[in-house]
Amino acid sequence: MRAIDLAVVGAGPAGLVAAIEGAKRGCSTVVVDRNPKPGGQLIKQIHKFFGSREHQAGTRGVDIAQRLFREAQALGVTLMLGWDVYDIRPGRLEVVRTSFVELTSDRPAASLHGATKTESISSAKIVLATGAEENAIHFDGWTLPGVMGAGAAQTMINVWRVLPGNRVLMVGSGNVGLIVTYQLLQAGADVAAIVEAASKIGGYGVHAAKVRRAGVPILTTHTVVEARGDSRVTGAVVAQLDASWNPVPGSEKTFDVDTICVATGLRPNTRLASLAGCQLTNSSVLGGWVPIHNNQLETTVPGIYVAGDVSGIEEASTALEEGRLAGISAASSLGKSSACDEEEIRTIDERLRSLRGGPFCQPIQDAKQELVRIGESACPKE
Amino acid sequence: MSEGIAVNGYVSQQELEQSPGYPSQERLQQGPVVVIECPQEIPCNPCEEACPYQAITVGEPITNCPQLHEEKCIGCGVCIAQCPGLAIFLVDLTYSERLAAVAFPYEYLPLPEVGQKVTTVNRAGEPVCEGEVIKVMNAKANDRTPVITVSVPRKYATTVRSISCPGR
Repeated sequence: MRAIDLAVVGAGPAGLVAAIEGAKRGCSTVVVDRNPKPGGQLIKQIHKFFGSREHQAGTRGVDIAQRLFREAQALGVTLMLGWDVYDIRPGRLEVVRTSFVELTSDRPAASLHGATKTESISSAKIVLATGAEENAIHFDGWTLPGVMGAGAAQTMINVWRVLPGNRVLMVGSGNVGLIVTYQLLQAGADVAAIVEAASKIGGYGVHAAKVRRAGVPILTTHTVVEARGDSRVTGAVVAQLDASWNPVPGSEKTFDVDTICVATGLRPNTRLASLAGCQLTNSSVLGGWVPIHNNQLETTVPGIYVAGDVSGIEEASTALEEGRLAGISAASSLGKSSACDEEEIRTIDERLRSLRGGPFCQPIQDAKQELVRIGESACPKE
Repeated sequence: MSEGIAVNGYVSQQELEQSPGYPSQERLQQGPVVVIECPQEIPCNPCEEACPYQAITVGEPITNCPQLHEEKCIGCGVCIAQCPGLAIFLVDLTYSERLAAVAFPYEYLPLPEVGQKVTTVNRAGEPVCEGEVIKVMNAKANDRTPVITVSVPRKYATTVRSISCPGR
């Protein structure tokens, strides 16, 4: 049994920063992540990030992952990469080595090898930074090979350098759909069109503008109704939607594509939070069920904190701020605080408020405030 | 709203003219100046710090649209590669008697070469005219966002925003 001060689940931006803040304040800290590489989704974000300098804006996500990884290592954080959490209780994690081996030139195929290894981690405080999962939509032929999440396509092209197909239909015009479209073009694929069920483009206009000037049409009030093909995708049927989001008969168009990417939103990955007994609440703005937490990001289970997309779908910039806050809160509840914690928490709050402004993000601010309002009565008090 | 960036995926002329990042006609006539095509309030400000002449401000809150102080902009184009949204362009109406120069970020391979004749495209990716590549900037500070400058007949300077994408 490993006994530590702080265990963080998830080595994405929120998790790594929580670990860094904990370690800075003298907590013995472990980060567990099932993936072989640190950085969570950052490692496939090859574009420059939005935000401000404090959020490393202008830097490519993949480079941010490297910086955070090095900083965590330098502070003595133990990274258990390739380990999965299979059970959680307050103060205790059970982990299993997934033995996922990285693809390299001398090891061209993924292999599962070695005896399964398990370990127990006893940890005074736990931060869950388990991120998000992609939503699926269902249509005729949706199980055909060639239909995939946009995130999967992004992992293929940017992490493994494999094109999922040559001609793609993108379903969904949120930032994920727009950015992955752009990156598919950069990787050498053609994107026939982006379809968007709503009457407006979901993501940032500047992301849309990049793919529009590359010649990709964005069809608003359209969706995919069928994937064609016997053993794999050979085409996609797209239809216009009426005001009640029903396909307009006769409006069908067929696109000659071999890949259909689905970018219809993300939902918080709350499995471990549920297993730990954290109370959840549903918020459509935040992406579905989210753990209730107070303004220190502590859940209804004492000693278990959340940060990043697991507590509501947002951006890497807000995940970094939440990670920072969760790390500081967890450390300070162990009596390991630094002199300027109060000042730092105030700065984090200000930055979060600022990031959660504007027409895209104000609804998130409101939803988060509501979550904290519930949390202030449901969560443990200091 | 029947047009504009949230519907078409690119800025309308009206959005541009109402945006604080768009230079005046007078300033455009005077020589190289940036055009910031970022009309939505999104949380982002690297352009502000990128400009060595303080010609771009975002301020607080970070969701403000970038404001161009056109009298301070010398048209160096340093900000182009620093904008994560790839939304900053440089327009020089005084490039030559007949031609204007337009610079834009371009993150595709292969990169065009100086002297190459290229098909320029507008904001919707539609071909506009033939242009000639006059500069390819890919310094370390660009962090893998090359900036391409093309010369085009002056009347196309406000519509040309890229060149045709190799994949399509």
